[in-house]
Amino acid sequence: MLNDADRIYQNLYGQQDWQLSGARARGDWNATVEILARGRDAIIEEVKASGMRGRGGAGFPTGMKWSFMPKQSDGRPSYLVVNADESEPGTCKDRDIIRHEPHKLIEGCLIAGFAMGAHTAFIYIRGEYYNEAARLQAAIEEAYAAGLLGKNAAGSDWDFDLVLHRGAGAYICGEESALLESLEGKKGMPRMKPPFPAAMGLYGCPTTVNNVESIAGIPTVLRRGAAWFAALGRPKNTGTKIFCISGHVNRPCNVEEELGIPLKDLIEKHAGGVRGGWDNLQAVIPGGASMPILNKEMCETQLMDFDSLAAVRSGLGSGAIIVMDKSADVVKAIWRLSKFFKHESCGQCTPCREGTGWMMRMMDRIVQGKASMADIALMEQVTTQVAGHTICAFGDAAAWPIQGLMRAFRPLVEQRATDYKPPQPLAQAAE
Amino acid sequence: MNTHIEPTDFVFDDLAEGAVTKAIARYPAGKQASAVMALLDIAQRQMERLTGSAWVPRVAMDAVAQRLGIAAVRVYEMATFYTMYNTKPVGKFHLQVCTTTPCWLRGSDEVVASCKKVSGIEDFGQTSADGLFTMTEVECLGGCVNAPILQINDDYYEDLDAARTEALLNGLKSGAPLPPAGSSIGRQASAPVTNQTALLNNTKPVE
Amino acid sequence: MAKVTVDGIEVEIANGSSVLQAAEAAGKEIPRFCYHERLSVAGNCRMCLVEIEKIPKPVASCGQPVADGMVIFTDTENVRKSRRGVMEFLLINHPLDCPICDQGGECDLQDEAVSYGRDTSRYEEGKRAVAQPDWGPLVKTTMTRCIHCTRCIRFSTEIAGVPELGATMRGESMQVGTYVEKALSSELSGNLIDLCPVGALTSKPYAYTARSWELRKTDSVDVLDAVGTNIRIDARGAEVLRILPRLNDDVNEEWLGDKSRFSVDGLKRRRLDRPWLRENGKLRAASWEEVFAAVTNKIKSTTPDRIGAIAGDLVDVESMLALKEMFTSLGSPNLDCRQDGAVFDASQRGFYLFNTSIAGIEEADALLIIGSNSRHEAPVLNARIRKRWLAGNFQAGLIGVAHDLTYATTHVGAGPDAIAALLDGTHPFAEVLKAAKKPMLILGAGALARPDGAAIHAAAWKLAAQFNMMNDDWHGFNVLHHAAARTGALDIGFLPGPEGKATAQMLGGGVDILWLLGADALDTQAIGADTFVIYQGHHGDAGAARADVILPGAAYTEKDGTYVNTEGRVQQGFIAVKPPGDAREDWRILRAISAYMGHALRYDTLQELRAHLVQTYPGFALTGELRRLAGTNLTAPAGDLAAVSSAPFQPVLQNYYQTDPISRASPTMAACVAAHYPTLAEAAE
Repeated sequence: MLNDADRIYQNLYGQQDWQLSGARARGDWNATVEILARGRDAIIEEVKASGMRGRGGAGFPTGMKWSFMPKQSDGRPSYLVVNADESEPGTCKDRDIIRHEPHKLIEGCLIAGFAMGAHTAFIYIRGEYYNEAARLQAAIEEAYAAGLLGKNAAGSDWDFDLVLHRGAGAYICGEESALLESLEGKKGMPRMKPPFPAAMGLYGCPTTVNNVESIAGIPTVLRRGAAWFAALGRPKNTGTKIFCISGHVNRPCNVEEELGIPLKDLIEKHAGGVRGGWDNLQAVIPGGASMPILNKEMCETQLMDFDSLAAVRSGLGSGAIIVMDKSADVVKAIWRLSKFFKHESCGQCTPCREGTGWMMRMMDRIVQGKASMADIALMEQVTTQVAGHTICAFGDAAAWPIQGLMRAFRPLVEQRATDYKPPQPLAQAAE
Repeated sequence: MNTHIEPTDFVFDDLAEGAVTKAIARYPAGKQASAVMALLDIAQRQMERLTGSAWVPRVAMDAVAQRLGIAAVRVYEMATFYTMYNTKPVGKFHLQVCTTTPCWLRGSDEVVASCKKVSGIEDFGQTSADGLFTMTEVECLGGCVNAPILQINDDYYEDLDAARTEALLNGLKSGAPLPPAGSSIGRQASAPVTNQTALLNNTKPVE
Repeated sequence: MAKVTVDGIEVEIANGSSVLQAAEAAGKEIPRFCYHERLSVAGNCRMCLVEIEKIPKPVASCGQPVADGMVIFTDTENVRKSRRGVMEFLLINHPLDCPICDQGGECDLQDEAVSYGRDTSRYEEGKRAVAQPDWGPLVKTTMTRCIHCTRCIRFSTEIAGVPELGATMRGESMQVGTYVEKALSSELSGNLIDLCPVGALTSKPYAYTARSWELRKTDSVDVLDAVGTNIRIDARGAEVLRILPRLNDDVNEEWLGDKSRFSVDGLKRRRLDRPWLRENGKLRAASWEEVFAAVTNKIKSTTPDRIGAIAGDLVDVESMLALKEMFTSLGSPNLDCRQDGAVFDASQRGFYLFNTSIAGIEEADALLIIGSNSRHEAPVLNARIRKRWLAGNFQAGLIGVAHDLTYATTHVGAGPDAIAALLDGTHPFAEVLKAAKKPMLILGAGALARPDGAAIHAAAWKLAAQFNMMNDDWHGFNVLHHAAARTGALDIGFLPGPEGKATAQMLGGGVDILWLLGADALDTQAIGADTFVIYQGHHGDAGAARADVILPGAAYTEKDGTYVNTEGRVQQGFIAVKPPGDAREDWRILRAISAYMGHALRYDTLQELRAHLVQTYPGFALTGELRRLAGTNLTAPAGDLAAVSSAPFQPVLQNYYQTDPISRASPTMAACVAAHYPTLAEAAE
């Protein structure tokens, strides 16, 4: 188990003071100017050396992402945008950072913004996090008052503004280009790529979008050094990660752990175990709603990091672990995710707009036992017509849970169909 | 069908106007369209303040468009794309029940049933006869380790079950103000309810 | 340039081009619904998916820029599978109502379904139900058919500049529409029908009228404004059923104004389909023989200087030439083509043309509009200005009524005083013009059709000269006519001869016989009470009401005719249907009557007339193309600058929809007026 001393978020549970004084006591804002004094390139190199991969879901190396930003401005400003639109079902980690460690995020913004040549950062927070937004705004105002933001931020000679932008209820805004659209005052409809945000992002300017957990971890990585971070976790899956363990466990919770920790350890040690004991485990969704589900057998030895989960055709995603015991109707649980994706599809491109509803309705019939084996086969085929054909990754995210269900629980799904007698066509019935 | 009366005019009042000015100032010059979400929210809150119902009538959308110098249809798009803007009046207490998988696994069906029982509402999207409650099904609220969650207006009520939901709503029905947000079983945020395994040095909450 | 390979074919294409364009360059057809050359790229339909080497997923070719060395496959099994998948998704919620859909036969979805559709549906769930909103008299909505390609939204936002369409809600509930039900207020709304790839947006007046394959298609030129929009007339039997734009990048790109598109129902109403003769104060039907005799007798008993002719706004050059030459042979110099009373120096073409050319607008970097509501007077040309404005680094100023022209304008002033303020540099917009490399000005009909028109014309020219709008490679002085006939009439000198009378002098009893060739826009009350009026034209409108003799002519759809647009571009339209009843092509009437009078014109066929036209006016030899004038001739037009009054400019058109005998006869246009100008409509009742 990770030592408390190696945890980045010392106030994850909000048991200490979230304000600047408390934050300073935990080491935040300690000689930030010296970190910045190392220079842009050195900071980016250090982040690269730490091996940190984006904590939002895709796991793209953070330092490399920053290096795509122009070194020299062509006249356009550069922007850092922090994705705090935490909406992936099962995920509630950024919420804790925002309400209990806001200064880690704010300091991270300054450092990351400086490293990519941005004088302005925007934090896009989901609208439902109203109280969290109020707290973050209060922390931002503290930072301004203390000279940590604004002109000559933290005494660094670097002018830096931080703006909080509230969303208003749209999961798709967690997709980075949809987030930028939303930030510009438009519907959250993903953009086609290229151009990528580093070339043309917010307001047509070079932009990097990072997850809250990535940015908030940066100050600690730079203070304790890349080597410290890289020593935690597993190769290419370094450092710590906040896991959210929900569902049928005895003590659901968030916990920061090393990447690569066995899934079983997370559940058994931190979350009080599966309801009714490990043997009562039926399934786990290991990385938020869009990551394919694992059956118990797969869970026994599963390690929780990007590459280990990709190896079983699932993913670490946001680090949200949804546990289901044997009482759960797994098919219905996935149907509910299909309903989620249908509800959250932005509607822009054809396969997702039309396919999410179709998939949801077929899942609905399967749950109700009103689907034939042919229907199941059709549904599987439809998922392949959606995945990989859309503007953004949402189409994949909507298809994968169903594909994962079929991989891990095919007999269970087919059981629903075996007893089903499809209605006879009218002409035949009349005979 | 639920019908409602659209007001014929909307003007940002002084309180709202102050917030509008601040919101627009947050964005670079010429990028005031970025403030459209903030302005819709301000309009909705003004409606709540003045009428007791947090919603955005069409004339308020027009006022937002005019204030920002953008086409009205762009604001209509925004107001209908994002689920938090209510384009119809809602009750004094907007019961937003999360029923997505993590909450469902932890008993959101019970929460829904309790909401129906106390409010008399038959289904999502309806407002109770006394105008006190509107019940809306919402997608994942991002508080999954404290599931199930019921968001009432701006606040999350967490770790609910049928009895605690009923008690909460009965309180509101009898005129009590909204209790403090958070866990209904006294949990410290996202920490495990007992047997904390991490950050053991600071198990005492500070306030 | 980038070198790419498309299905093994190597093509070179400009950097920044899309993969779709590269595929087209290689001769490969890529199916598409949302992509449109003139709109921003949306990438939402996903029909244009292709495979690109080294990219794992299929790529939307419309939005993917080419890169040197790219290897593209447009027709692999994977590509076909992807497109079949997209097609299936588009169809699951699309009604199978092709038999009652007006788009049938010219529907992109139907066409592509032949290549990529399944023979039966696998979709067993309920189909989406959508309300059918009312968008006004022109565009019919059947939104269950909508495939959410957003072309209409992009057109209204980008091209028309009237952002009233959007996509509200989201996901499968997304709805394209106005949200608040209303009639579309763009003058270009009919183009939505052409752009819609399915039957969601169809023509309301044309609903259930015909199938595209039943129609006889004739190329022609629009005459309801002076832009010379290239059109296609679709007719069945003796009836014109619809008018569509034809592609011409130099003139109208592929757009058409609503009035020009939807006035077709005016072509079969209030028609003059037989000759009429006034007897005892009342018009009675007559034979050609009778009216020829009446006209001849009247003319023979009148001295030539007491005879005058005014040509209207929709007339073809051939008819005007015939009338002019008939008058010349009669010895009358009283001719005018400016029924609006505009009098200005038209002694050089550069004085009255839109010299910059319509396509040339895109080269300009500053614009001053004087006395024009170009949005109403020439909506398609106005869209070109908007296109230029959207591209950036372009400022427009406006003198006159401060209309919303769909692009930002600096309102420099309401009347001619503003011209003076620019000339003496006291108005800040002078700095904009001074700084511009290719500034242009547009002088509208509202600036010329007033007593001091000649003076304003001269003042505007002076302004153009002062701000370097005219030089070796740029001519920024432009007159924007509203009358389709005007430029051609000026080209053939349909103007008062030596000591001849202009429109104003012919009115009020200035002549004893007034020949109105399709002239309906003048104040007929001002015609002298004793003046004998011969009206030659196709509609029973203002002119016919005042006439003593009516010679029934042909509308533009019913004759071969030459028209010169405001740029000076000579274009020809072709006969689509025969004139109704006894009505005849106008030049033929004139030819016949000239013979009757013993002054037979020298041409017996249209070919001979045209040969004579070209011989007399060699500029007419070049049709379709435009030779742009350089601004090298700085000789100023005659005009007394001191005569400029300070009266503000007035709008030329009371409303966009009803401006001429055809559109005034159109019930569709009346419905538009009722929808958009309720007070005007009430007043008319």
